[in-house]
Amino acid sequence: MSLLKYESQQREPLVDGNKDYHQVTEDIISPIEMKPTRLWYIGFWISVGLLLFGVYSVYRDVTYGIGQWNLNKTIGWGWDITNFVWWVGIGHAGTLISAILLLFRQGWRTGVNRAAEAMTIFAVMCAGQFPIWHMGRVWLAFFIFPYPNTRGPVWVNFNSPLLWDVFAISTYFTVSLLFWYSGLLPDLATVRDRAKTKFRKMMYGVAAFGWTGSTKHWQRHESLSLVLAGLATPLVLSVHTIVSFDFATSVIPGWHTTIFPPYFVAGAIFSGFAMVQTLLIVVRKVMNLQDYITIGHIDAMNKVIVLTGSIVGCAYLTELFIAWYGQNPYEWYAFKENRANLFSPYGWSYWLMMFCNVVSPQLFWSRKLRRNITVTFFMSIIVNIGMWYERFVIIVTSIYRDFLPSSWSTYYSPTVWELGFYLGTFGLFFTCFFLFAKYFPVIAVAEIKSILKTSGENYKMKMTDIEKADADKFYQEEVEHAH
Amino acid sequence: MAGIKKFVVGAFDDEAVLFPAVKNVRKAGYKIHDVYTPFPVHGLDHAMGLRETSLHTAGFVYACAGLTTALGFMSWVFTKDWPMNIGGKPHFALPAWIPIAFELTVLFSAVGMVLTFCYLCQLAPFVKKHHFHPRATDDLFVMAIECTDKTNESEVTNFLQFAGAKEVNVQVAESGWWIGRYDKEQVLYREEEF
Repeated sequence: MSLLKYESQQREPLVDGNKDYHQVTEDIISPIEMKPTRLWYIGFWISVGLLLFGVYSVYRDVTYGIGQWNLNKTIGWGWDITNFVWWVGIGHAGTLISAILLLFRQGWRTGVNRAAEAMTIFAVMCAGQFPIWHMGRVWLAFFIFPYPNTRGPVWVNFNSPLLWDVFAISTYFTVSLLFWYSGLLPDLATVRDRAKTKFRKMMYGVAAFGWTGSTKHWQRHESLSLVLAGLATPLVLSVHTIVSFDFATSVIPGWHTTIFPPYFVAGAIFSGFAMVQTLLIVVRKVMNLQDYITIGHIDAMNKVIVLTGSIVGCAYLTELFIAWYGQNPYEWYAFKENRANLFSPYGWSYWLMMFCNVVSPQLFWSRKLRRNITVTFFMSIIVNIGMWYERFVIIVTSIYRDFLPSSWSTYYSPTVWELGFYLGTFGLFFTCFFLFAKYFPVIAVAEIKSILKTSGENYKMKMTDIEKADADKFYQEEVEHAH
Repeated sequence: MAGIKKFVVGAFDDEAVLFPAVKNVRKAGYKIHDVYTPFPVHGLDHAMGLRETSLHTAGFVYACAGLTTALGFMSWVFTKDWPMNIGGKPHFALPAWIPIAFELTVLFSAVGMVLTFCYLCQLAPFVKKHHFHPRATDDLFVMAIECTDKTNESEVTNFLQFAGAKEVNVQVAESGWWIGRYDKEQVLYREEEF
């Protein structure tokens, strides 16, 4: 009976170095048992500072009203909704890595899934802020839920994409959180069982829910992960599809496009992976996890980036072509004059988007560049800027010139409080991420252990010898047989 | 059900040794209480004779409940309770309800499954369980064999040592609802299984 799943020697190892099970635990868990480094404190307090600036900006939004933003009657959605879509998009990579790649049996996801899922959760939290505070009278935010009320009862409109969004985002957040936390339980138990102080024992004991590692529990855990992955796969596709419906079901030229759902989903995965790269390149260095998040992992994620980037590029060109081919003068005007014309008020943003999202990722066709950390880090930032501009282009360039030329508005730029709100969500995101990296295992320890003997470097090396011996034996037998 | 029970606990450091050990222990007629492993060891549940989990079936039932709730509620609201004229569109607007129906299907299924999982495995904050070996979540595969009045502990200890266990000891643990009972789960060992 062969216990081990065989993996081709052609594949590079997913865990470098000479590791055994205990070493894996040691490498991943010991950073969270030590005192945080200076760098951690600096990063953390900068994030908290940004968060506080955001809190103050939001406080002003509530007390002064969102009139303090530069929105006007024509440009009713500006930075705020741009940021919302951008963050939701970033929140797509985590579930893609943990769910879709689980179904596709991609072993490399084990190194990056935990951090990517955490990133997803934090990104969705940030995204949720924008529609909530955009409501203005935020104390009435509960109106978005269908609850029996004394106003009729007047129910919410189930036919509206904005309500679909409420359900999609909240479901996505809940399911991602459950998926993430159920995966964390065994690893939190590992931290608990290593804990030295009473306080740590208690805290991680509570967090680990009393996990023991019983075979029956693992069997159920496996079943749970698989079904949650199966559920999360269509879910992750549905979320950005529904976000795209916010635009696609309207009759605004530039928004009224059937290509939006796949185009948004590809863009979301594209930007999500870019953010995962940005974070993990820093994490692997700071926490000394280069053996687990290898160049091979970075290479694999860059392949996803070049694929989704090209899908996005294809979608840009398709919608441009259809705008022309469709013969709708308004649609074509939105594309030709508001976007593609470099000298129009926002033309620069269209070309910036084209450059960042379509042209620059093509570098990753080169294996050498895909495996270069500096290039990858730089590119991940470029892609995120590009994807922010994509949403800005879609939202602002479609509405700043509406059907009535006298109400055209070309002077939209954010106020400091719009900017502050955006920076505040960065603060929220990074504060959460710093805390996560300090208190939780950033790599799925149990999952790494389960692939160690098939994909660990030292085990693969042993297999090479066995394979060679087998091949020699086979050859010998063949030769003898021939004689 | 609560009571004090004795267990002979053997810790293995390699799953390749663990598998034949599980087989031999069952063959010899000892009752494996449980095997604790740091990661899911594929095929161990089979080797121990545990039946398949039906958690996924529960997930399907919850999904059906979610779908029914969503469609039932939306059609009740828009056709019976408060029919609203939205741009002259039909009240029973099934295509427009697909997104919410889908989301609630997924939500019910995921939340229901996780709660069921926690219930079945008795996982919750502040639950205290007996841990047979602190390294069972690190690098050891820990097998606990339940002792009855007739069990000769030293015999089982020797048996486990011979089977390749690195550490063997006898532990007393309070068995309660939380410790889990798989008496009904575990089928008797049959030769043709392997």
